[in-house]
Amino acid sequence: MSALTQTRAAAALRPAAVLRRRGRADAVIAPLITLVVLVSLWQIAAWASPLREDLFPGPAAVAAKLPELLADGTLLSAVGTSLFRALSGFAIAVLVATPAALLLAHLPLLRKGLGPLVSAMQVLPSIAWVPAAIILFGLSDATIYTVLLLGAIPSIINGLLSGIDMIPAQYSALSRVLGASRRQHIVHVELPAALPGYVAGLRQGWAFAWRSLMAAELIAVGGSLALGVGSLLQRGRDLADLPLVMLVILVILLVGVLIELLCFAPLERKLLRDRGMTRTGENHG
Amino acid sequence: MGVQLNEVSLSYPGTGLVIDRLSARIEDGEFIAVLGASGCGKSSLLNLIAGLLAPTEGWLDVPDDGAAFMFQDSNLLPWLSAGRNVELALKLAGHPKDTRQARVDQLLELVQLGHAVHKKPHELSGGMRQRVALARALAQDRQVLLMDEPFAALDAITRDLLHEELRSLWEQTGKTIIFVTHNVREAIRLSGRILVLSSHPGRILETRRITEDLRRNPAQSAALADELTTILRKEQRKHERTDAN
Repeated sequence: MSALTQTRAAAALRPAAVLRRRGRADAVIAPLITLVVLVSLWQIAAWASPLREDLFPGPAAVAAKLPELLADGTLLSAVGTSLFRALSGFAIAVLVATPAALLLAHLPLLRKGLGPLVSAMQVLPSIAWVPAAIILFGLSDATIYTVLLLGAIPSIINGLLSGIDMIPAQYSALSRVLGASRRQHIVHVELPAALPGYVAGLRQGWAFAWRSLMAAELIAVGGSLALGVGSLLQRGRDLADLPLVMLVILVILLVGVLIELLCFAPLERKLLRDRGMTRTGENHG
Repeated sequence: MGVQLNEVSLSYPGTGLVIDRLSARIEDGEFIAVLGASGCGKSSLLNLIAGLLAPTEGWLDVPDDGAAFMFQDSNLLPWLSAGRNVELALKLAGHPKDTRQARVDQLLELVQLGHAVHKKPHELSGGMRQRVALARALAQDRQVLLMDEPFAALDAITRDLLHEELRSLWEQTGKTIIFVTHNVREAIRLSGRILVLSSHPGRILETRRITEDLRRNPAQSAALADELTTILRKEQRKHERTDAN
């Protein structure tokens, strides 16, 4: 047997768990390397730039802002406020969107009437709702939650609907030959079968919720509203403090990525693995 | 109680007549094969008996509790283990929770899969998946079992093995089995009677009884297989000509 054939045979015999661990390590190392390269390029560009540091701050200048914001508690308090709003708003969006999607899936006439509206709402940038919400609810949490819900709900509805639409017709035939009632079909077959689409919708719904929240916090500042991350961004703008603005942008990005990496990515991976599927382009070797 | 089909016709909008005034009586405990070329309405016939489709004309008489169904591809739910797939059929049939696990183990043992109760469908081979599907069909505990080309996608060795197991299960349970296939040798090997369907629309062309003596006699089996294959080829050509026109 040649050395190449032996290597191939050894690779084929490598246990799946080892390959999976290696795949996971690659998934961490590759983005880390990308991050280091990008931050280095940013710093080099800042050094090489003829602009003043306050007009084109490098990563070192942005990072220097961090101890100050951590020391007076502003950053942690703002992140805490925004995260609470985002998570509670997202939970409400899930509770509203899930039964709404089930109703639309099972009432064709309702879907014909409301389906295009839901899709249109998904296309509308949620920042467009902010002025109307401020007029209706003033500078209060109701304004923030209204914008967040209008941003997240359509995505979750469309995710679950497309999950249900993609269920193979044979599953309905199976339910019928097994003698399932409509409720039993929904609980035992339809919802589990639609779960990958639903999770994709939740993922997108979370992204929309987080973006909508930032848009709302950016515009709706003052009144009885606690300071969120978006408002901190606005403060940076008012003070023409670009390092603060850049730092807040990075924090917004970090929170979004962490929720994605800690919640949605593992959930989706588990769902697909349980069904013997992988994401397109995912490499297990 | 068996199954009675009386002048049953089925049309699909756009496709026209699929089954044309088909009459047949399938006796209780009989193993019958429905043989036909692709597109002759074999699967539609099973869907009619299962109640998944309604006839456009004529009537059917099937047992009150309906019929169990085994699909061409196993149609197992991919998020459930083999055991849970079988258990779902028991649950929907109203079996109490405390008796279900024992029955699942019993059914999976019956199809030689006692060791695979916790395996997910994607961890099983094609033959094993079809065995789980068979266990699930048996879990419905109905006298009539409809099988829609269940072994068509399997390799020859696995198919051979499953033929033996299915014959043995039929002998043990005495169920009425209606087995749809386009494989002439499979029909001769398994059934006691073969209904040959014409192509587009499906009508009964031939009915052949298969005795144990014929089954055990290779020369007679081969002669019948040749004869039925010739009929099917003729039908297939007719079907292709109709499609071309």
